[in-house]
Amino acid sequence: MDKSYSEWDFDVVVIGAGGAGLRAAIEASSNGAKVGMISKSMLGKAHTVMAEGGAAAALANKDHRDSWKIHFRDTMKGGKYLSDWRMAKVHAQQAPDRIRELEQWGAVFDRTPEGKTSQRNFGGHTYPRLAHIGDATGLELIRTLQQRGIHTGMEVFMEYTVRHLFKKDGRVVGCFAYNRSDGSLHLFRAKSIVLATGGITRCWEVCSGSWEYTGEGHALAYWTGAEMGDMEFVQFHPTGMIWPPSVKGILVTEGVRGEGGMLTNSEGKRFMFDYVPEMYREEFADTEVESSEWVKEVVAGKLATKRRPPELLTRDVVAKAINSEKAAGRASEHGGAYLDISWRKSEEIKKKLPGMYHQFMELAAVDITKEPMEVGPTAHYVMGGVRVDPITQETSVPGLFAAGEAATGLHGANRLGGNSLSDLITFGKIAGEHAAKSASQVGSFEEIDEEEIDTVITEMLEPLGREEGENPAKVVEDLRVMMQNKVGIIRTRELLEEALDDLDDLEVRGKNTMSPGGRVYNPGWHQALEIAAMIDVSRMCALSALMREESRGGHTRDDFPSPDNSKWGNLNSRIKQVDGKMEIDYTSYPSIPDDLRNLLDSEDLVEEE
Amino acid sequence: MDKVTFSVFRGHPDESGSPIGEMIEYTVDLDEGMVVLDVIHRIQAEEAPDLACRWNCKAGKCGSCSAEVNGKPRLMCMTRMDDIKEEMGDYEGPVDIRPMQSFPLVRDLVTDTSWAYEVDRKIKPINGPEEPDWVFNQHEADRIQEFRSCIECMLCVNTCHVMREHQKFDEFAGPRFFVRLASLEMHPLDTENRIPEIKDDFGLSYCNITRCCTEVCPAGIQITDNALIPLKERVVTEYFDPLVNPIKALGNLTSGVFSYLSEDFVQTADPGNNKQATNAQDAERSRIEEAKKLESERTEKARERFRTE
Repeated sequence: MDKSYSEWDFDVVVIGAGGAGLRAAIEASSNGAKVGMISKSMLGKAHTVMAEGGAAAALANKDHRDSWKIHFRDTMKGGKYLSDWRMAKVHAQQAPDRIRELEQWGAVFDRTPEGKTSQRNFGGHTYPRLAHIGDATGLELIRTLQQRGIHTGMEVFMEYTVRHLFKKDGRVVGCFAYNRSDGSLHLFRAKSIVLATGGITRCWEVCSGSWEYTGEGHALAYWTGAEMGDMEFVQFHPTGMIWPPSVKGILVTEGVRGEGGMLTNSEGKRFMFDYVPEMYREEFADTEVESSEWVKEVVAGKLATKRRPPELLTRDVVAKAINSEKAAGRASEHGGAYLDISWRKSEEIKKKLPGMYHQFMELAAVDITKEPMEVGPTAHYVMGGVRVDPITQETSVPGLFAAGEAATGLHGANRLGGNSLSDLITFGKIAGEHAAKSASQVGSFEEIDEEEIDTVITEMLEPLGREEGENPAKVVEDLRVMMQNKVGIIRTRELLEEALDDLDDLEVRGKNTMSPGGRVYNPGWHQALEIAAMIDVSRMCALSALMREESRGGHTRDDFPSPDNSKWGNLNSRIKQVDGKMEIDYTSYPSIPDDLRNLLDSEDLVEEE
Repeated sequence: MDKVTFSVFRGHPDESGSPIGEMIEYTVDLDEGMVVLDVIHRIQAEEAPDLACRWNCKAGKCGSCSAEVNGKPRLMCMTRMDDIKEEMGDYEGPVDIRPMQSFPLVRDLVTDTSWAYEVDRKIKPINGPEEPDWVFNQHEADRIQEFRSCIECMLCVNTCHVMREHQKFDEFAGPRFFVRLASLEMHPLDTENRIPEIKDDFGLSYCNITRCCTEVCPAGIQITDNALIPLKERVVTEYFDPLVNPIKALGNLTSGVFSYLSEDFVQTADPGNNKQATNAQDAERSRIEEAKKLESERTEKARERFRTE
């Protein structure tokens, strides 16, 4: 088979063209770097388009009481104090400028009556904080960055998948990719590389992710020796569609609850009042009357004086509550909960949540202005990722940077809704800037070892050449079902140990798949090549989940149902490949300086110590 | 268990780029609530792993899975099999699935839409404010937010006869990019005058408002009424209105305004279109007035602030 390849040289190669990748590429270009951006999909189709609710930034347009300090506090608290406080601070301080910059570049967020950027309420955020455009904020963000980006001189490689990162003397020096559309092979020499490859949730059967979310960025970093962190923390978004079966997992924005949506069980009871954790008890309404008064104030555009409804608790809490109601036999008709926004005026729903209205109308034949939706948890986001320097976003491998969902640090044990889009633009910019600086300090491009290239190519072409083997789709399906059942929302030692054994078997099967049909746009071949990454990211998740014997944020152990602050309160898991084997240990971020510590809730912190 | 049979185009371009291939039938199980894309995925998983098909979000947000289902351009992820069955009535025959016909074929259901990225690059970026101190109200935002909800599925371009039958890919920007140009032209913060290039470089006059683009838009954008006709109106105002611009209008009148106008507004096939077009033009005139008013109010406010500072 033809092993020839094209060669490219770029100061900075950005892998991934979602919000973080585009923002990094724009910044690297404006710092004078020659940038190549490699995108698994077509430009503008990346997973960022699926983000709905908004981007969190303390603009204080809707409520003057908001500030970066409160955003910092909310993020730390929502992350159950496992976030890197340095990143949480930078994020809270810089997100407002990044949002304003998007408007300068043409984004059109919804407005306040005074003509400023409007902001909406979301779980875990003390004040209305999410800049949004209806329920299609991700589309606005990616389109704005895309349209800005194409004029900055970057070269875009659409429908290319990166297979391997090359290192020389410890520093990353390039990568190898193939073109999904025509099957051609490409070597990229680079002075620095930014990983902005998004997440891993395609490893679960019920997920809100697109096919792209197979964790190749996480795996590339791991395989090249970078330190990974917090991989046990996976966010199950409480509200995914659950009926009909073919739409299972598709996201229902938290904006529904931000706009006054109520969760009820089969008995018609608003069950979230029963699930308010101690640390949030003072901040949430304890009666339906108070809840509805808060909603009335907010809908009328007034400053809230009442406490917010418990539906707006953090995602980990709401997902587990829906799960518990189901376990207690109070699930909705198809095994979830009811989410009802129909009490609001039909035209308001259509204006504020147009995507949800159409999604339910067209896919489930449910009119959400008249009847409740049925929802249940869906694998949505991985808090864990590549460990990065909080100032530069550089990973433990020199020259390799990471930003967005591929990186860890900002979200700790649980991400707040709306903090993802602001994460992308805040840390995408920082990664791009520092990748360009780092590249400028490198003299010339390194030659890359021919033998190493040949090994990569041989492995890539193997599934095409096999005369017999399994359909890769079957292996992937089995992997996803296994992860759903054994490394899902509720975990136990037995299930996690089984999962690790199952992954060994799946790995063997994954290496023996067959993809007939040639190199031109062959989805079977593409899928065969994704399996190895899916196996290793699943393994990182199962291993770190097995080791953490407590429950916290996006990690719940049935056999250790409570947080154990004395042991785990400030320990972050760290995974690294050593001599081909996955090794795990624990580390802590530096202690929080007093001025920032004073912003946090003292009772929570006493508990931590 | 219900079964369904799909007849799917399988093929590739020949040396000259023309598609060669055949329609192949696949029969798979049909579950409740499935969409067309689910059936394609089942065919890939069970029978044809190499069946080429582009998709991402499976929720109507990314615009990747455009195809022609029973001859009608649509997103496969948002087309329910229940609706297909209803459309087909008693007809038992297979469901016909083909790639978009106006774009060059890559393989099977995948086409090469790189043309779109070339056009996008030709559009001048927004010329927005340097200092972040702007305000504009929801009323102004509404208008362009509609345009910005475009998911770039290219179904409108695929359907437009200027592209599909006349292949004017070099001279005509296509409905998608007039929507994009309209979002810039009507953007409250953009100061660029885009009318000359809309007329000359992007070939707006090829459009004779047959409304096919609007009919297939899965995002429900009123492409014809809210983007194309208002842009045409702005071209007319800029170039041919003797009250607004007497010198330009005189020059253009002698260089064939009549053919321009007739091409645009008179030779439309459907007489109903003319009436709608006239209404839309009137609406656009009052919107231009409204925008001018808002703009002068804003300027006045800024001046006011300057005075008090």
